Amino acid sequence: MTNKNNTLVKLENAGVLVNDKWLVRGVSLEIKKGKIITLIGPNGSGKSTTAKITLGLYKNIEGKVEKFTNKIAYVPQKINIDWTLPIRVNDFMNLTSNLKKEEIETALETTGTPHLKNKDLKSLSGGEFQRVLMARAIAKKPELLVLDEPVQGVDFNGEIALYELIKKISDTLNCGILLISHNLHVVMSKTDHVVCLNGHVCCSGTPIDVANNEKYQELFGKDISKILSVYEHSHDHIHKIDGTIEKKEN
Amino acid sequence: MLDDFFVRALLVGIGMALVTGPLGCFVVWRRLSFFGDTLAHSALLGVTLSYTTEINMALSVFVISSIVALILLKLQKKTNLPADALLGLLAHSSLAIGLVVIGLLATIRFDLMGLLFGDILAVNVNDIAVVWIGGAIILMVLKIIWKPLFASTVNYELAEAEGMKPEKYNAIFTILLAAIIAISIKMVGLLLITGMLIIPAAMARNLSDNPNQMVIFSIIGGLLSVFIGLFASLEINTPSGPSIITTGLILFILSLTKIKKKSQLNN
Repeated sequence: MTNKNNTLVKLENAGVLVNDKWLVRGVSLEIKKGKIITLIGPNGSGKSTTAKITLGLYKNIEGKVEKFTNKIAYVPQKINIDWTLPIRVNDFMNLTSNLKKEEIETALETTGTPHLKNKDLKSLSGGEFQRVLMARAIAKKPELLVLDEPVQGVDFNGEIALYELIKKISDTLNCGILLISHNLHVVMSKTDHVVCLNGHVCCSGTPIDVANNEKYQELFGKDISKILSVYEHSHDHIHKIDGTIEKKEN
Repeated sequence: MLDDFFVRALLVGIGMALVTGPLGCFVVWRRLSFFGDTLAHSALLGVTLSYTTEINMALSVFVISSIVALILLKLQKKTNLPADALLGLLAHSSLAIGLVVIGLLATIRFDLMGLLFGDILAVNVNDIAVVWIGGAIILMVLKIIWKPLFASTVNYELAEAEGMKPEKYNAIFTILLAAIIAISIKMVGLLLITGMLIIPAAMARNLSDNPNQMVIFSIIGGLLSVFIGLFASLEINTPSGPSIITTGLILFILSLTKIKKKSQLNN
């Protein structure tokens, strides 16, 4: 259900004013099928706000948001489950969709969490919960996937594996991905477009463009900005999601 | 068989418990107990309205409760007051207005105790019909909106982002709450209806580790409260509504011994 240009969502000069303060303003971006857009920026620069604008969570916004899909999955930055609500991972997986048993199990396996299926949601650790959130989003087979700091709380090896998983999702589902990076200086290599925010769009372009952009260097200091390390996948081994390492077959 | 006041009371009680069970779970999950209380308090105004205009009591209570719910939503958007203060304001002022209106209608004899605590033993065949038909409609609507309502209960933003329209379903749920209060006000009264919603659900929470299970236990808890409470009130001659609620409380206390532990001890 995309338009001719494979566009899933288009933001034009979007901004949100809350209590006389602009959370973010003048954001324009376009998410297309099969592409990954990464948002970076310091705390309070409006990354999550931009994601929420994209999802249509703000009622009164400046500018324009055009959505061309309804098949959306969202991995929020944080989610509080009230203890008054007894809910297992299995129930949570089906929260906004009607999945078959196998679909749930497959999705949980992809994020290395099949053993958590019957656990109470509140008994999970931060990293486990993050993976379940990912599994739930993948299981929906969305056209647009919005990931707000999906690797927070996940250990380093798991982080790499999750990035590889995101790449795989993008390849197999051919969905558009809006990814918010928790780390200013790490952008996964498969990213097609980076948007650097600081209350407004500071600069944007390919990862290399942004790293070399003067405004980016100004914002974060020349020395620090150099470590905008683009994560490459060229291993002779695979990091499995549970942290173990497996030699590649070929 | 329907000639027997006790059978009628049982039938009404069963009908009520089947509806308050699932609705009560949502009231507990969404932390709406005080909200339910406010709607129930405002019901007094609805009752007086029905006496003065001679429209059906359930209907007038439903209308007034829905209006109060809408006023609350408006006030929440307009003022800086916290929700509990607004609820208190609405609950007590609508109760007070209801009592003032009763005072003005000095010519009509009011059974105030009956309004506050209900009289399930005085129900007629009409009341049974109201509870069962009204209850069936409430349950049907709840079944239809279950998925989006549950999703928005777990996480509003997630539900909204993934197209579950939480605002709409929250509003429908509020109307269902007003409806259950309207059809059961005559049986348990406006001070006890929230108890019927919350106590079985709270008991069920202690025994459950998933949402469906909690709904089933909540219904069973409500049914047991009605059965035991009514028989007890007959045997030891206690007021029936309060006996039902007291039974619910006893079941809740018993459930504490079987409590499913909170997260940190859950393995």
